[in-house]
Amino acid sequence: MAALRVLVGVKRVIDYAVKVRVAGGGVQTQGVKHSLNPFCEIALEEGVRLRERGAASDVIAVSVGTRVCQETLRTALAVGADRGVLLEVGEGAAVGPREAAAALAGLVGRLQPHLVLLGKQAIDDDCNQTGQLLAAMLDWPQGTFASRVELEEGAVRVEREVDGGLETLRLRLPAVLTADLRLNEPRYATLPNIMKAKKKPLEIIPASALGVPLPLPRLRVLKLEEPPARGGGQRVQGVPELLERLRSDGRV
Amino acid sequence: MRGAAGLGLGLRLLRRAPPGLGGVRLQSTHEAEAVLHKTGATAATATAAPPKTKPALEESKSFAVGMFLGRLNTEQVFPYPSVLSEEQEQTLQELVGPVARFFEEVNDPARNDALERVEEATLQGLKELGAFGLQVPPEMGGLGLTNTQYARLVQIVGQHDLGVGITLGAHQSIGFKGLLLYGTPAQKQKYLPRLATGETVAAFCLTEPGSGSDAASIRTRAQLSPCGSFYTLDGSKIWISNGGLAEIFTVFAKTPLRDEATGETKEKMTAFIVERGFGGVTHGAPEKKMGIRASNTAEVFFEGVRVPIENVLGVPGGGFKVAMNILNNGRFGMAAAMAGTMRGLLAKAVEHATNRTQFGDKIHNFGAIQEKLARMALLQYVTESMAYMVSANMDQGATDFQIEAAISKIFGSEAAWAVADECIQVMGGMGFMQEAGVERVLRDLRIFRIFEGTNDILRLFVALNGFQTLGVQLRGLQKALKNPLGNVGVLAGEVTRRLRRKAGLGSGLSLREHVHPDLQESGQKTLQCLELFAETADALLLKHGKKIVDEQFALKRVADSAIDIYAMAVVLSRASRSLAMGHPTAQHERLLCDTWCQEAHQRVSATLRPLPTENFRDLRSIARAVVESGGVAAPTPLGF
Repeated sequence: MAALRVLVGVKRVIDYAVKVRVAGGGVQTQGVKHSLNPFCEIALEEGVRLRERGAASDVIAVSVGTRVCQETLRTALAVGADRGVLLEVGEGAAVGPREAAAALAGLVGRLQPHLVLLGKQAIDDDCNQTGQLLAAMLDWPQGTFASRVELEEGAVRVEREVDGGLETLRLRLPAVLTADLRLNEPRYATLPNIMKAKKKPLEIIPASALGVPLPLPRLRVLKLEEPPARGGGQRVQGVPELLERLRSDGRV
Repeated sequence: MRGAAGLGLGLRLLRRAPPGLGGVRLQSTHEAEAVLHKTGATAATATAAPPKTKPALEESKSFAVGMFLGRLNTEQVFPYPSVLSEEQEQTLQELVGPVARFFEEVNDPARNDALERVEEATLQGLKELGAFGLQVPPEMGGLGLTNTQYARLVQIVGQHDLGVGITLGAHQSIGFKGLLLYGTPAQKQKYLPRLATGETVAAFCLTEPGSGSDAASIRTRAQLSPCGSFYTLDGSKIWISNGGLAEIFTVFAKTPLRDEATGETKEKMTAFIVERGFGGVTHGAPEKKMGIRASNTAEVFFEGVRVPIENVLGVPGGGFKVAMNILNNGRFGMAAAMAGTMRGLLAKAVEHATNRTQFGDKIHNFGAIQEKLARMALLQYVTESMAYMVSANMDQGATDFQIEAAISKIFGSEAAWAVADECIQVMGGMGFMQEAGVERVLRDLRIFRIFEGTNDILRLFVALNGFQTLGVQLRGLQKALKNPLGNVGVLAGEVTRRLRRKAGLGSGLSLREHVHPDLQESGQKTLQCLELFAETADALLLKHGKKIVDEQFALKRVADSAIDIYAMAVVLSRASRSLAMGHPTAQHERLLCDTWCQEAHQRVSATLRPLPTENFRDLRSIARAVVESGGVAAPTPLGF
């Protein structure tokens, strides 16, 4: 089996441990810790493992965003990607799943990977669409929510978590896969590898230069607000009263 | 862990310091030198056994040294140094995340404490992370971090787990630091690559059962073989961190050396790199300790260990200098770790204070709690400012940072203890419970006031080092007075400054250009303290002369004030920078700075004006009575 070229999408998101705050009509991002989207981390880990097993020859990390995303790409390089590509968009450009998928499709046209690995969703907007959109745009088979990936000759066998059980698919390559939580446990970037990552190539390509025009946004964010503060609790005497209350509130 | 005992002998040696030439010399013999060195003197002074003047001291750029001379040495302190290049800063930012994440997600300090060792998987993870070779050059497999970069990462370790901190620190801050500072290219090539990955672990072996603070009194011996190709090492070392884990030991032993000039044979200390694999190296069971239980502490025995001469570290007979330089170079790391510990403690205290309701209000709204939180923040701010000031000075190539490094260790360890204590107090009964995780921190912290030079010995070091410089200066002044015409320059400067100070005119020193306009008042207070300090130092030295070494009650207060004043300068500098750069927290820092300076000014004024000598005499008498009684001298109020 010829070694594959694998493209892995990595998104820069607000760190999962940060309490997100809304300020000035948007989510506050200034001075807030950002990191690599955890599901992208899993996708990346899978790609790196494929290369370590000899199944992949080249793991390319790609991020769509502004220059700050280089930081995320550096992390991906430290974890084991061979090179990085930033598909640069202008400051303030809205990049949703459609825009990201279109940019990635453009890069796929240029790099001709055999496999595209993405996280199933990003923890900031929780859209869970980019992989599906990309597969549609490329007209490639898709294996979403992958919890197990095995390469076969010219194909990939994917176990996916579906309601009530597991589904196993066999996809012909090239294909798009999105990683679920249980696909693997990503490694930590080690300090020596962070140092070495500085020497790995990181290319910046304007997203507009890929020949695929970014589609006009179809979504408009009307409002962002923080969840309401938790109200006080109420004490009940016992189970009968609890049931009574729940019933009267129409909750059971 | 070492240097926990032995104050007694050190003091005896202090008393033996013989008179100097014309003025005061505190370091003119090997013995007196030993006292200061064991507490961490400079490489420059360490070699100066034969009495000779040290003009270099006059040129010292150290702020702390300047204080004793009534000089304002601003070069190392103002402006607050920024030593990281853009690339170094970016690298550091990339490293901070994974290290913090490791300690947040993988390491379990409570479990390490309960197991009395670092969990195997964690230890392995730390090695893979690269945490064992932070300052080893990249070509030898390490990260090649600067002192400032190292400090930032150590701060994270200190915030989460001091037991792990000591395991890492005993390995690289002292265990193999000697190789970095003194190793030959061959020695480095042979040992550093495996040490950097943690494949082999290192330990620093100085302390012995009979030799703690008085490091020069070690009894471990190394005898050169008749063929001249190896030494035979015999002796035992106690309280060795990583003693039970290490493969590579930096060992200090006495070696007989023939003085070529006199033909006499003298015992001098030599440093060796000893491999466990040489044979004859064994260790005792892990010690049961109050804190830092996760770190391994054990006795290490050397019996007929054959150490090839290629494994001498530095020159034969130069071991004392090696030991002291290793310790001097490591102290800033303790301050950095403590700054991290205090960050963690303050967050815990705040979390409790903002969630706990009593008397119908969150307790952080009560003044009693507010004062505690504010003081905790002050102590953290000062410690952190000192740690990065010293690390920056070292990165700038300063050679004169030993007093400041000692001050940062003293201040940091005591500040962290106070902050942990108050954190528990804020948390009340909750803080006393193991589950809250603060009692462990308190236990872990206790050793920091004891090891790597007890704070008591380091205070003497700070004071005596300053007095030594002042003594040299005064002697120069005496000479100049004998030939006033030939020394107009010297006299005009020094005499005028002293006269003005005596007349209460101030010495004409100014911090105005170095301090942000909003902090001028604090700057003024710092200057006042500095002048009072210099005046006191002058008076003490004129009064006691060489006998100043015996005046430990006074020396302690001199050191306390030196620490306070250095702290003032450091926070003035940092807050000035924040104000000038318009940092978001600049106004908060201004408050921290002003509050610190205000209170330190009061403390210094109360301590030094005048020194309560009667009080010293009484304290001495009380202590004597207690000693004679074998404890409390008076019976209970009931009479029995």
